[in-house]
Amino acid sequence: MGIAEFARDGRVVVGERPGAAVVAAVGGFLLLDLVAKLAGTTVFFVGTKLLGGSLTVSSLLSMVVDGLLVGLAVGLAGIGLSMTYSILDFANFAHGDTVTVGAFLGWVAAYITAGLGTGAPIAELFMLNSGRQLSTVSTLAPVLLGLVVAGVGSIGIVLLIDRLTYRPMRDTDNISLLIASIGVALALRYLIAFVFGTETSGVASGGLRVTVFSMISVTDNEITLLVVSVLLMLGVHLLLQRTKLGKAMRAMADNEDLARVTGIPTERVIRLTWILGGGLAGIGGYLLVLESGTISFNFGWILLLLIFAAVIVGGIGSIYGAMAGGILIGLVDSLALIWLPSGLTRASAFLVLIVVLLLRPSGIFGGVSTA
Amino acid sequence: MSTVDTIRGRLDALPDVGLVVGFIGAIWAVMLVLAIAVGGANWANLAAGFVGSVTVLIGGYAILALALNLQWGYTGLFNIGIAGFMAVGAYTTAILTAPTDPAAGAVPGLGLPLWVGLIGGMVMAAIVGGLAALPALRLKADYLAIVTVAFSEIIRLIVNWDGLAEVSLFGVPVGTGGATGISFKSANDVASTLINGVGQPLVTAAEGVGVSGPNLANLTYGILLLLVVAASYWVLARITDSPFGRVLKAIREDETVTQSLGKDTRLFKIKTFMIGCALMGLAGVLFRGQAGYISPQQFRPTITFYVFAALIIGGSGSNTGSIVGAATFSGLLFYLPARLGENISLGGTRAPGNIVDAVAGFASLDPAPLLAYIISNVSTLRFVLIGVVLIYIIQNQPDGLLGHRNEPATSVSLDRPQSGSGGETDE
Amino acid sequence: MSEPEAAPRQETAVTSDAIESPLLEVDGLRKEFGGVVAVDGATFSVAEGSLTGLIGPNGAGKSTTFNCITGIHEPTGGRVTFDGQDITGLAPYTLANRGLVRTFQIARELSEMTVLENVMLAPGGQVGESVLRSVTPGLRSEVIKAEAAVRDRAWETLEFFEIDHLAHENAGNLSGGQRKLLEMARVLMTDPEMILLDEPLAGVNPTLEEKLLERIHELRREQGLTFLLVEHDMDVIMNNCEHIIVMHQGSVLAEGDAETITSDERVLEAYLGGDV
Repeated sequence: MGIAEFARDGRVVVGERPGAAVVAAVGGFLLLDLVAKLAGTTVFFVGTKLLGGSLTVSSLLSMVVDGLLVGLAVGLAGIGLSMTYSILDFANFAHGDTVTVGAFLGWVAAYITAGLGTGAPIAELFMLNSGRQLSTVSTLAPVLLGLVVAGVGSIGIVLLIDRLTYRPMRDTDNISLLIASIGVALALRYLIAFVFGTETSGVASGGLRVTVFSMISVTDNEITLLVVSVLLMLGVHLLLQRTKLGKAMRAMADNEDLARVTGIPTERVIRLTWILGGGLAGIGGYLLVLESGTISFNFGWILLLLIFAAVIVGGIGSIYGAMAGGILIGLVDSLALIWLPSGLTRASAFLVLIVVLLLRPSGIFGGVSTA
Repeated sequence: MSTVDTIRGRLDALPDVGLVVGFIGAIWAVMLVLAIAVGGANWANLAAGFVGSVTVLIGGYAILALALNLQWGYTGLFNIGIAGFMAVGAYTTAILTAPTDPAAGAVPGLGLPLWVGLIGGMVMAAIVGGLAALPALRLKADYLAIVTVAFSEIIRLIVNWDGLAEVSLFGVPVGTGGATGISFKSANDVASTLINGVGQPLVTAAEGVGVSGPNLANLTYGILLLLVVAASYWVLARITDSPFGRVLKAIREDETVTQSLGKDTRLFKIKTFMIGCALMGLAGVLFRGQAGYISPQQFRPTITFYVFAALIIGGSGSNTGSIVGAATFSGLLFYLPARLGENISLGGTRAPGNIVDAVAGFASLDPAPLLAYIISNVSTLRFVLIGVVLIYIIQNQPDGLLGHRNEPATSVSLDRPQSGSGGETDE
Repeated sequence: MSEPEAAPRQETAVTSDAIESPLLEVDGLRKEFGGVVAVDGATFSVAEGSLTGLIGPNGAGKSTTFNCITGIHEPTGGRVTFDGQDITGLAPYTLANRGLVRTFQIARELSEMTVLENVMLAPGGQVGESVLRSVTPGLRSEVIKAEAAVRDRAWETLEFFEIDHLAHENAGNLSGGQRKLLEMARVLMTDPEMILLDEPLAGVNPTLEEKLLERIHELRREQGLTFLLVEHDMDVIMNNCEHIIVMHQGSVLAEGDAETITSDERVLEAYLGGDV
């Protein structure tokens, strides 16, 4: 009876939503394959390898940790993109470059404070190329200062950009806004290149390595990323649930016209959107650099599509969706290595983006659009 | 009256061909002046180099802008996966025409003639475009944008992947060359053959004034590319000035209405997407693969945004505007600043190596180091300029230079028929 | 709520049979949005060559019925028959090509196209809608010939509606009333058998209103077109439609000629219950 019902439901899914059925089938196969790999068995079918292989639990765990860390930072950055997408109603292609700007501002601040008194020339410090590698353990105060500067600096920049670019265009259609944001993205990225050059600089590396559960090895910088992102996400949650402005933001993300009629001060909400979104993007970028160790003028731009993936998978306008989507996309990006060659893992994250947009444009956690 | 309006007023008075020729001619003149100003005795060779390079750029961007204009300007399909469709076309041509016995370390291909490769590239780009369009065209414009850009990145990652660098296809060794890229029959060879054959007297004459062979070949290639632009324009103008083009405009304006008037809009959109992508594929090989070599690096999404900038400057919705925009973008925003930066020197002040030293000089009231730094980084700053121009146009002149012009989609004159047929309708 | 519904349905069946040659038959049409039922088993017919009015208080489901008939929405249940063929759930373009077209409540002109382009778009099966024919030298002469014919017809149609002086104007620059005329001209160019008019007179001044109604009667008389008209102005409906269908809460409450309708108590009640 139970099985019959399950089978019938299955047929309904296949019949009515073939896309979802294919996704479920692929997902099921990959899961089965993962289990087989972990068990170290290989299944052959008519002479060709069907699934299985070998994969150690510890390498799986380290992939999960990598994915989780990148995902947290991407999710943090994604919150802002998701909010501007729903509240200002356009896809902001300059968001990735906001991430870069925040990271540079933060790292310049951290690098200069850490380097003061060491005799390193100021130019080298400013250009982030004195060769020094910062870590949370060895230079806690500068790293924390950089974090604050990354957040505050990127807030200042996005507010300025909003004033100059988007505010005069409040009533324009969303494609014009999107195109304007492409212009902003170009201008920002190459201003950074103008100031800092196009070389990649190494600025951070873990000062301490800890092993957790005798299997997962993480650095102090990675722990910082984890702690700071979780704290910030909690903070955003409290802000949205407990404050009046937060509630107004959620209302506006749902329906701007309605919010306008009910007297929610839209310009104030828009400003708060930029402040929150810009600040989190800058901090997200700063933390990513802390984790990966390197910074270059276009890393945010390269990251942008991944952030879009996180936001769309989580459902545009949903802040929790952006966080969850970020982690999911981070995991996909990292775990795809189990099945795909390293050159194609990023493609799999983009594929997830496309599939979600085609099959479930409201996001996989859709239905609960905000809050 | 703003300056833009004045410029527009003058542009409107010109016929389209005159407009395009005038624009490109003016950009050539600027290059010539620059060459004379900085070239000294070598000015003729420098001018040929400048004009050749700028012409190739104009040609490439004009084909791309025309293709985008059909998709976005006419039909409202917001495709920002241009780079990906260029890659599909370029790689298909490359694989079809690469020699079967390549130099050591290079990837073999099928060794087919260039024209087969070009047609194959266009067909493949159209097919891939059509396949991408099938599910994606029902999406909202901004979702279509994200899907297409993600799709183009997937294509780039696939051709970049070393797993496809060299594979055996039904026993024939072929491949993409992975990150190293692939060498194939260069379209440039056509230009070389041309000038070394019938153009021999021209070569002699050019060498007489000091123009080098490669520069002359490059210039010839640019002019050939302009012929391709003219052909594309001719085809696209016929497509858009027809009932087909009328349906495309109607889809852009209101798809529901278009459907309720009996048009199967999906079919029109797919066809349009395929035609545009075919042209993008052609541009991919002729423009990016000019030298007979392509690599994944050349198909990053940035080029997509340059094409958008070109079309928006010229005026989306206008075929003539597409070419004028491509010329303005590639001539004045993309090429000229870089050459200016290279050739302007500031009376012996050497450019500082970084911005800190440049600003430090400025603080001690010497603006020279900062200026020198700016000049030496003009090729970076021009992208800032492109971004700012894009914002300015979208804020203040969303119709670009020519997009405001009404180009009715029809193949006949729309004047009232002279016969008295209309007289009797009123009682 | 369900009690008064049962009675009219019977009566509907009787009057439907009375219509001799129905061009459009709607049978038990149902449309739900999420859990909300917008159309709840509407059943009625429209006689060929008639000018039928569809009225009802706000929210009665008139527009949704229109959208379900013309393929903009897919009905949740029920059947729509046109010219003897089942057309339930067919795409709008298929319906238009079979001769069933509509206008919109708020005129939807193609604003960045000229008035003439708007009208020239409409004819079905234009040879120039093929890319190959439009591009290929030789074949294009056919396109040009067909275009000239379409243009001449377009001018005639614009003259018929007296908006020919606006032919080269962008449709977006027209006044509300002129847009309504343009919409009529546009659907007429598709060579329809039947036109569904969704409040064609809303926002139209009295002079223009007179003109539009005159044109509708003329088209019926001379070309035998069938019209189904949704309109808020009771006088217009009562004075012009020989058959009137009253919808209330998603289904048909009453139908008949103006006299029957005005003397029907349930109709009065429905209107008084809603906003009059």
